[in-house]
Amino acid sequence: MAPSKEELERRRIVGVELERVSNVTSTDFPGHYPGEDHSWNLNDFKKKFKIDIHKANDLDYEFDLIGVDASVANAFRRILISEVPTLAIETVFVHNNTSIVQDEVLAQRLGLVPLRGDKKGFQQLRWRKKSSDEPAAEATDFNTVVMTLKVACTRNHATPATETDPHKLYFNSSVYARDIKFAPQGRQSSWFSGAGEIRPVNPDILLAKLRPGQEIDLEIHCVLGIGQDHAKFSPVATASYRLLPSIKIKQPITGKDAEKFVNCFPKGVAEVRKDKAGENTAVVVNPRKDTVSREVLRHDEFKGKVELGRIRDHFIFSIESTGMYNSDELFLQAVQILKKKCTDFQEKLMES
Amino acid sequence: MADHDETLPDAPEYATSNVAGSELSDDEPLDLTHENNAKIIMLGTATDDDSCASFQFENEDHTLGNALRWIIMKNPQVEFCGYSIPHPSEPKMNMRIQTYGEITAKDALIKGLADLRDLCDVVTDKFIAEKQRFLAEKQRSA
Repeated sequence: MAPSKEELERRRIVGVELERVSNVTSTDFPGHYPGEDHSWNLNDFKKKFKIDIHKANDLDYEFDLIGVDASVANAFRRILISEVPTLAIETVFVHNNTSIVQDEVLAQRLGLVPLRGDKKGFQQLRWRKKSSDEPAAEATDFNTVVMTLKVACTRNHATPATETDPHKLYFNSSVYARDIKFAPQGRQSSWFSGAGEIRPVNPDILLAKLRPGQEIDLEIHCVLGIGQDHAKFSPVATASYRLLPSIKIKQPITGKDAEKFVNCFPKGVAEVRKDKAGENTAVVVNPRKDTVSREVLRHDEFKGKVELGRIRDHFIFSIESTGMYNSDELFLQAVQILKKKCTDFQEKLMES
Repeated sequence: MADHDETLPDAPEYATSNVAGSELSDDEPLDLTHENNAKIIMLGTATDDDSCASFQFENEDHTLGNALRWIIMKNPQVEFCGYSIPHPSEPKMNMRIQTYGEITAKDALIKGLADLRDLCDVVTDKFIAEKQRFLAEKQRSA
């Protein structure tokens, strides 16, 4: 007893009405509809599941995940934000800091600087475990990356007395992320060499300002960590999804109303076209661009003529990386991390 | 001033054995630790026939909890599956599974984990395939 096409379509859409949402929970479970089989079937999933990439820049991906439940899409999103490991500055040893930025403020600022380097080199690195009941793990070339920041500001005597721009008046009046220098330890010099050297993703991040006589001299230790521990370890600037909007015109909207209808949506969502009888009619062109503002539902002339909604299993996923990994690599890593959780628990359960 | 500091010692030998002979391809995602630190216990609320049981996952949250709940509920032999995080400052996730009695709750959990793992493989394959298709198309149009 297979459900009709209309029924399947109805189940796929989360309704967005003027003051409420409808049909919110997924019902694709065995036993929910009499006579229908909704049990997990890998082959069916392989057939139905689809990925469509819309934008693929190194650090900025947008793609559609079609045919998964929100719980799975949300697991990927959560892992991207808080469980993909990255390298970040964890400890700062201050040898000298006579700038006006206090040690702890400077250290906190440094921690948030995203780092990059040879990706294969990162695969050599291991966790540096810190646990309350064990003594802190020894720092080795496998778990700690050392960097230095040593900048002193001096006066530039070649400038005329009337000069007021600090960049010309002084040398090193501003300390930037590019001044952080990698100091490879042990085997690190072979893992991170040349273009693969560990360095800040963006060299132009302003860290502090100096005036003549002031100096910053630090030793910086970076470790691997995850976003759950501190946001500085999060590999993404944003990882988010939204559901694809759906706009259904139930009755033709023509003439002046058509124009008004189009203006209820962002540009490119709907258009006025001539129908077969030569009358101006509103058509939906690209619901993807819609923000689901519900403006169209506020006007009486469209009452009963239009239905707004979102497609339950169509996720528009967007991942912006901070730069250590590319966005596509991050997504694949997130999937692997979820898989590893499953295999690990399965193994443990089989043992017990 | 920096020369007063000790340089980092090299790692002991055991660490090197992890790395030896690892040929890494570009597509291979990172796996920073091969260790299995997963901790799970069965809570003492199981029925005699083991068709109903609660499990406690350590260091897990909604990420695994909700996805696993969904896939276990997809199993027609399972009557009920739900999860909760009893206290926000304890990194623990509890999951309750009740089956109709044909399988044990533990079997249902193992099947759920296996199904979720298969799902991950499908997602990985499709993503890699789609990326190649997209890049090839981009190259053709450029």
